[in-house]
Amino acid sequence: MRRIGRLSNFNVVSLALGLAFLYLPIIILVIYSFNASRLVTVWGGWSLRWYHEFFNDRAMIEAAWMSLRVAVCSASIATLLGTLAAVALSRGGRFAGRTLFSGMLYAPLVMPEVITGLSLLLLFVALNAERGFWTVTIAHTTLTMCFVAVVVQSRLGSLDRSLEEAAMDLGCDPVRAFLAVTLPLIAPAIAAGWMLAFTLSLDDLVIASFTTGPGSATLPIRIYSEVRLGVKPEINAICTLVIALIAVVIIVASLASKLSSTQGESAAPL
Amino acid sequence: MSARRIFTRPARFAAIAPYGWMVLFFLVPFAFVLKISLSQTAIAQPPYEPLFDLTAGWQAVRAALAALSLDNFKLLASDSLYVFAYVRSLYVSLTATAILLLIGYPIAYGMARLPKRWQAVAMVLVIVPFWTSFLIRIYAWINILQHDGLLNQILLALHIVSRPVVWLSTDSAMYLGIVYSYLPFIILPLYATLAKMEPALEEAAADLGAPPWQVFWLVTFPLSLPGVGAGALLCFIPIVGEFVIPDLLAGSNSLMIGQTLWLEFFTNKDWPVASAAAIVLLVVLLAPLLLYDRLQRRQLEQGR
Repeated sequence: MRRIGRLSNFNVVSLALGLAFLYLPIIILVIYSFNASRLVTVWGGWSLRWYHEFFNDRAMIEAAWMSLRVAVCSASIATLLGTLAAVALSRGGRFAGRTLFSGMLYAPLVMPEVITGLSLLLLFVALNAERGFWTVTIAHTTLTMCFVAVVVQSRLGSLDRSLEEAAMDLGCDPVRAFLAVTLPLIAPAIAAGWMLAFTLSLDDLVIASFTTGPGSATLPIRIYSEVRLGVKPEINAICTLVIALIAVVIIVASLASKLSSTQGESAAPL
Repeated sequence: MSARRIFTRPARFAAIAPYGWMVLFFLVPFAFVLKISLSQTAIAQPPYEPLFDLTAGWQAVRAALAALSLDNFKLLASDSLYVFAYVRSLYVSLTATAILLLIGYPIAYGMARLPKRWQAVAMVLVIVPFWTSFLIRIYAWINILQHDGLLNQILLALHIVSRPVVWLSTDSAMYLGIVYSYLPFIILPLYATLAKMEPALEEAAADLGAPPWQVFWLVTFPLSLPGVGAGALLCFIPIVGEFVIPDLLAGSNSLMIGQTLWLEFFTNKDWPVASAAAIVLLVVLLAPLLLYDRLQRRQLEQGR
């Protein structure tokens, strides 16, 4: 038999190049954030100067705080709504309006953000809503609950339904069966969904730009307006901090899901 | 069977809250976009003529209906700036998606060939950059590509070029940024289909005497087409409306539609024209959106 299904040199090289391509720019960015020199491109030795600069930049700190609050709030609401949607889609059978429902949930995953942002803004204007924290939170919830729904739904689809049925045959009502059997099994996917929602919200520039009001800029909006003016070492420091925060969230959540899933089967984000 | 039926009813109740949310914050807003795209521009706050005022009764509604105009759409069709922007967006997105497939396929293929344990590690490694901010990843490239950036320094030091090359504000930089940002989106669906593939099929083809390239072209590739389609749509649709990447990396002499919409909205404050641009973009993307919806549904709801 031929050696099909084994790793060829071509496979190894393309994997290595691909990963290098994905990681090198980020690593370079992080290294330069510790550069003492004002010129981003001249290496002037290691320094925490730009982190210091960031922590003294009130506008940036306020924007970061706003982004964090929006991300935590919208990710939490989105996780609740997205999980409910996933349960309805994978356990609800065929119900009236199901096609519309799933269509509305899958479309925002690929919908260009300029369309989503513009349409939400026009709604908020029509409702005469004051634009700021809550409008951005609602907008982010709308986008990210769809990602949560997809992650949780794919986990629910791979779940053995006989477990739920056994619980009900043994006298559990459906709600108890869900809480006692299904929910613990999909918990890792729900955690992954929350993380995904959190990072997507923290990341979003376009939708936040449309839906926020004057005086309440999020971190990406501030970063964007600085980046347009050129590269600044302080931005490298902020980006490094955001990357570090996301790394911590990923590590904590994956440890938590390892602890909670005894089956050793972990949920794949996306 | 009976247990299953009992379960479905409470599960349907779970749909109420997310259903209501999506209707209110996803579906209804499109009605407003459509409405405002049909109204006249005005120098006011908000900057368009109000259309409906239901408090004024039936008379006002009829007057409003009579005032509906397709002027904004006529403007879009007659202004070459917009026509070019749509054509350019589709062209850029098609090219970028083709490059993504060419680069992403070998990576996904390599992942699927790894031993099982390493596959999980490789998947995490591909996903992690996707979690870090879009904006940050583009900014990382600006660092590298700028006039006295790392790339030019290396090229100068190696005497490959004699003076710094202009990388920023070019189409090459934009394609690089798009490919870099969307690579995980193309790798993951490709990997998912390639990993599920039965290795015995490839082995059988090889045993029957097919050379490796034929095995790939006649067996592996056709079987991976669902992944190719899903990945290509997952990239193509959002890239058409992309704003951040062309804005920060491409030159400003030819714009993509996401940029013109943004300019119209934020700089010119012409909300009706921006709305009309969004409606046209949506119509252009309707076919790929429906196709994507079908693929997604099949993938998430198979086996039922």
